[in-house]
Amino acid sequence: MHGPMFDPEGRYARHLILPEIGPVGQATLNAASVLVIGAGGLGSPVLLYLAAAGIGRLGLADDDVVSLSNLQRQVLHGTARLGQSKTASARDRLSDLNPEVLLETHAIRISPETAALVGGFDLVIDCTDNLAARHLINRACVAAAVPLLSGAIAQWEGQIGLYAPALGGPCYACTFPETDPPPPAQSKGVVGALPGVVGARMALEAIKFFTGAGQNLLGRLWMIDTLWNEERLMRMHRRDDCPVCRARGAGC
Amino acid sequence: MLDIVYFAWVRERIGQPRERLETGAATVADLVAELRAKDPRYEAAFADPAVLRVALDQDLADFTASLAGVREVAFFPPMTGG
Repeated sequence: MHGPMFDPEGRYARHLILPEIGPVGQATLNAASVLVIGAGGLGSPVLLYLAAAGIGRLGLADDDVVSLSNLQRQVLHGTARLGQSKTASARDRLSDLNPEVLLETHAIRISPETAALVGGFDLVIDCTDNLAARHLINRACVAAAVPLLSGAIAQWEGQIGLYAPALGGPCYACTFPETDPPPPAQSKGVVGALPGVVGARMALEAIKFFTGAGQNLLGRLWMIDTLWNEERLMRMHRRDDCPVCRARGAGC
Repeated sequence: MLDIVYFAWVRERIGQPRERLETGAATVADLVAELRAKDPRYEAAFADPAVLRVALDQDLADFTASLAGVREVAFFPPMTGG
């Protein structure tokens, strides 16, 4: 399972002794690059756990500053960081957690001009807070043939899907077409521990994706209602008439 | 007997996370029409079904899909918060 140089007190020791990860899986994680878009509720656990897991190059895009009302759920940041950029706050915390990770921070809002950033990574993780950004990121990921792990929360509930037309799955717009009428405005209330549940699951799915452990979420939509303890894993399908991935002919 | 599960604001508008229903609805659209006629809460939840997704036994489907042999229908919207 591991060689004579194995250090049981080493940083990744508990990964190295896990059969589904082991030295090969850990080396894969150490060589992987991930772009996390949004360093808020979901981005906090995603970034913390992926940095801790030793993802080789961890990109982070967010143009926001840390505000007091963030701290009820955005546990990456802290009171001493109020008013500072989330990228600077994240850099301090993540480089302390794991200095071996190459951090790449972008204090930008994702836009048609900046979306091409996704092309330089092995996996993009969408932790943004609005549908327009989600569609923009999906289009950029389909265009660059980069797999997209997209997670979202609302109040007590969450959804996670892995979208990768280049790997044979649907894209985000196959399931949630851009032409749909906008959903009704909802309360921004959210229980503070919810992004912990959903974001930690996203980080875990990213680790499964890279190491090939078990079954990843390709073409599946995981949904959880933590208020009423309902959890489902739904099968998604590619749409032959999807204007986003069909237009790319990305095996879709 | 059909199990129906509601997520997010659909659940909030209807006021319950799940229910069992004896129905003769042949398709999802028929079921939605039957529910809307039941009560204003359902009318509010299904006012614009185009914003909702439906899964039949955890398989995403269209509203035109048949309910023959289906045990569970789940209605949910895209979630967008982060």
